[in-house]
Amino acid sequence: MQLDAADLTALIALCRAEIDRHCEHLSVLDSAIGDGDHGANMRRGLDAVYAERDSIAALPLPAALEKIGLVLVMSIGGAAGPLYGTLLMELGRGLPDAPDAADFAATLGRAVEAVARRGRSGPGDKTLLDVLYPVQAEVAGHAAPARIAECAQSAARATEMMLARRGRASYLGERSVGHEDPGASSCALLTTTICLYLKEHAAP
Amino acid sequence: MTAREQGSSAANVGIVIVSHSPLVAQGAADMVRQMVGDCVPLAWTGGNAEGGLGTYVRGISAAIEKAWSEAGVAIFVDLGGAETNSEMAVELLGPARAAKVAICNAPLVEGAVVAAAEASGGSALARVVATAEELSS
Repeated sequence: MQLDAADLTALIALCRAEIDRHCEHLSVLDSAIGDGDHGANMRRGLDAVYAERDSIAALPLPAALEKIGLVLVMSIGGAAGPLYGTLLMELGRGLPDAPDAADFAATLGRAVEAVARRGRSGPGDKTLLDVLYPVQAEVAGHAAPARIAECAQSAARATEMMLARRGRASYLGERSVGHEDPGASSCALLTTTICLYLKEHAAP
Repeated sequence: MTAREQGSSAANVGIVIVSHSPLVAQGAADMVRQMVGDCVPLAWTGGNAEGGLGTYVRGISAAIEKAWSEAGVAIFVDLGGAETNSEMAVELLGPARAAKVAICNAPLVEGAVVAAAEASGGSALARVVATAEELSS
């Protein structure tokens, strides 16, 4: 996890571009089972992080992640803001300044648990946690970035057949089955973007 | 949309209304005000930062500040994101002030009106919250 300022700046730009590219698709997924604003909310969040990329990238990695989390909390809105914000803020608060792979895996595990508490959700509830749990398991097993990216994508697709138990989709009951969860989808997009960058540029 | 202050009396518990819709939030606040006049600190926030349907932490934080009372603040929310964002806003107050804020498990309109009536009599935060939450039991 040796990420310098240039890596952070590049990752912020890549994540923003990826969300922008899929903004409409995320909102279509959200329209099927929610309120249809997930794409726009995520784009607003990533735009806000991008606007502050220089000051974020100048920070040590833990402080940078915490700052990104706070910006996301303040900008995404909806339920996704607190969930993504909690993930990044907990990662930032838990990591040492020069984390190794074991530090990152352990901290990611605690951060995912914090997201679960924030959303009062667990595995199989059809939320972004259904991507975060398997991703965290792969990270803990020191999987290669490409493998983690594949895992994230298949985990997001697997939410299609789940019955929503949290959020507005839960009001639909059985009708929530058959639609991929938009939060899981955005989480897989971001995970994949980060992993592919790490595969090309840095040893995780 | 930004929170609106609707008068205050800082000795009593304050009421904050958080809805995805500015119209719902303002309407609920109007009903509270009709019930208790100006003797309870009251603020509402509804909609996202662009004025569309949604909730956002900054708007909720501003509403908490405007309805702030040393006696405490009771928050009423509608759907999921309103609650999650409210929890986030409360945490950002820091532990000392967060301890004086409660997010109520009660219907938005009825809860806010009943809580404000209780607060207008000078009741403590725990009593205000309990009275509102009786509606859900």
